[in-house]
Amino acid sequence: MKPTLPLEELMSPGHLACQGCGAGIAMRTTLKALGQDTIFTFPACCWTVIDGPFPYSCLEVPLLHMAFEATAATASGIKAAMDTLGKGKTTICGWAGDGGTFDIGLQALSGAAERNDDIFYFCYDNEAYMNTGIQRSGATPYGAWTTTTPVKHFKKEVKKSIDDIVAAHKVPYQATASVAYPEDLYKKLIKAKDIRGFKFIHIIAPCPPGWKAKPEDTVKLARLAVQTGVFPVYEVESGKYLQTIKTAKRKPVLEYLKLQGRFKHLKEDDVTDVQKLVDLRYAELEKRFQGC
Amino acid sequence: MAKDRKKIDFKKMEELPPMVMSLRSMAANPTGSWRNLKPVIDLSQCIQCTICWKFCPDAAIDWIDGNPVINMDFCKGCGICAEECPKKCIEMIKEGK
Amino acid sequence: MKKVMMGNHAISYGATLARVQVIAAYPITPQTQVVELLSEIVADQKLKAEFIKVESEHSAMAACIGASSAGARAFTATSAQGLALMHELLHWAAGARLPIVMANINRAMAPPWTIWTDQNDSLSQRDTGWMQIYCQSNQEVLDSVIMAYKVAEKVLMPVMIVLDAFSLSHTYESVDIPDQALVDKYLPAFDYKYKLDVKNPHTYGGLTTPDWYMEFRIKMHEAMEQALVEIKKEAPVFQKVFGRFYDTVDPYMVDDAETVLVTSGTAASTARFAVDQLRAEGKKVGNLRMRVLRPFPFADVRQQLKNAKKIIIVDRDISYGYHGIWAQEVKSALYGHSQVPVFNFIAGLGGRDIFPETYYNIIALVEKKDKPDQELYWVEVKK
Repeated sequence: MKPTLPLEELMSPGHLACQGCGAGIAMRTTLKALGQDTIFTFPACCWTVIDGPFPYSCLEVPLLHMAFEATAATASGIKAAMDTLGKGKTTICGWAGDGGTFDIGLQALSGAAERNDDIFYFCYDNEAYMNTGIQRSGATPYGAWTTTTPVKHFKKEVKKSIDDIVAAHKVPYQATASVAYPEDLYKKLIKAKDIRGFKFIHIIAPCPPGWKAKPEDTVKLARLAVQTGVFPVYEVESGKYLQTIKTAKRKPVLEYLKLQGRFKHLKEDDVTDVQKLVDLRYAELEKRFQGC
Repeated sequence: MAKDRKKIDFKKMEELPPMVMSLRSMAANPTGSWRNLKPVIDLSQCIQCTICWKFCPDAAIDWIDGNPVINMDFCKGCGICAEECPKKCIEMIKEGK
Repeated sequence: MKKVMMGNHAISYGATLARVQVIAAYPITPQTQVVELLSEIVADQKLKAEFIKVESEHSAMAACIGASSAGARAFTATSAQGLALMHELLHWAAGARLPIVMANINRAMAPPWTIWTDQNDSLSQRDTGWMQIYCQSNQEVLDSVIMAYKVAEKVLMPVMIVLDAFSLSHTYESVDIPDQALVDKYLPAFDYKYKLDVKNPHTYGGLTTPDWYMEFRIKMHEAMEQALVEIKKEAPVFQKVFGRFYDTVDPYMVDDAETVLVTSGTAASTARFAVDQLRAEGKKVGNLRMRVLRPFPFADVRQQLKNAKKIIIVDRDISYGYHGIWAQEVKSALYGHSQVPVFNFIAGLGGRDIFPETYYNIIALVEKKDKPDQELYWVEVKK
């Protein structure tokens, strides 16, 4: 059988990601699609550590480490420089976690999206501040335990709808993706690479330590997130929604929750609440899928 | 940056660049010692579907001559390959056995 | 070509002549004309550059860091609250060794809201690793922007050009705009050895353990020491090309002065007027204008103040619970080198004018004292 993705690796082994890290799969797949002519900037996030300490790096593309809230603006600056230096073909990417995207980096993200700067903004979403030890972020879902939403007081607020926030900027391309469907992510990036303007890619990337899940379940969880409707996978091109991984009959959300220790405390009623929230959000999106 | 495994051992300050920058690959950092369980592939059952290869978060499975080859210098033993293998022909066995 | 222009436009022309390649800026009073003129110059294609109209000063500096890392000559300008918002990234730009140049128009910090000048905004950024150059005239502003890139790109450290709100930023003066050809000859194109390069990929700024972090800080300090050498070296070179001389400090009738007024920014112009008047009365007064805050010109300060019998440092800033900030700097440089009494006066905060009378009052008070009997003196405050 032929491999479904290019064999070329621009991410070396030996990096410092935890066992079964979803963000590792996300980066590896992304690099396969974007190739060598790519520059990254990272804010503070898991990948700050994963890439490796001085004087090492696991990436074979240039990377600028940057402050937590600065991802999008930094990418805009790199892009402007490359344009003025006659190297406008190089793909410029901001690569941030959910904290750096949903929370502290939201302003810069909104600025770059509104200016429609010709950059990729990636959010690999592991649904909490994992690098600092699992504190809740605006991306943490309802019901989850984190170290700042302890079991007795599990998170009562719903996950911020970052995709809708970005969509409100009318960017030319945005997509959600799951590390369980690397070919889908790959295809989206190959397509988006040729689109001028702001591109937002939101990837669900399970975190075994932060989700209190088994490392071998990372891909299974990323798949269940899609199959249950917790994390629908779609793209929005010039305002048109397209569900790229169809979920004809959604699995009950319990199947997804029960593999994760961070939801272990949820009682039957709580699970019903989570299910309702997921159904509500899914119905909202479904209308957009059908409307296009 | 070549995927060589050479480490850098600075001796003096003068050897450092003016700012912090990478000069070598993390391939100099074998992560195989992190492993508690190690994957063993039964190639006689393998259908070469590439699923184990594409999901490895560590790029520790090489695709060589149409077959998956696990690089034990780097495999952290997460078990995603075994879990995702449709033929269930990767077994996670205790390290040292 | 001579042109009458405001200080803010002198910055814009300076940046244009320096052929900056990426500008990222956010408007703030009293800096706005800097970016307004630059945006027009870029849109008119009189300067081949990208102008990113960012949504905050934090993003302005972030974009400059990105641009400079990619090998472009980057520029921004700000003031007060904007500079404070950038604070984190000022450290970042210096730590990443990026030769970014920024103009800061001195405006007092809020609360209460104010738009008028004092130097607490830039002096609060003293320890971020930026060179700081305080200007007295619009000509000096324009020239300093050009010189700043020369020095910054040699030593790989960023530079802040500092000028007073309104008394310089909005004051019109005759300024010589040098020929582009001369500037091009003086300031070669930016060729950054450590740029983000897909053909030679490196990661910049990654996690660094205690094993090496300190050595990189030593390198920054050494670069700043070298910057002092370069500023001194550039002064005659710049003079040869453009006919104007800028040193680390700017003395006026200091050699035989018994009392030296140490000032910075536009307050020095007034001080010089006062010195002339006092000299006419037979008083041996001089003025030392501090131009470079970082790297600090220890030797020049000691040399210029070696004949003084009394030193008066007039600060348009304050470190609450301590002295004025320039006073700390100068006193620390003199410690162990001079026994001369040093008087510290705080004047002109929040844009209150510093008049010649302000200096006459200061001199009159100091004449009555052999040495300071207070850590600092407030000037012309309502009692």
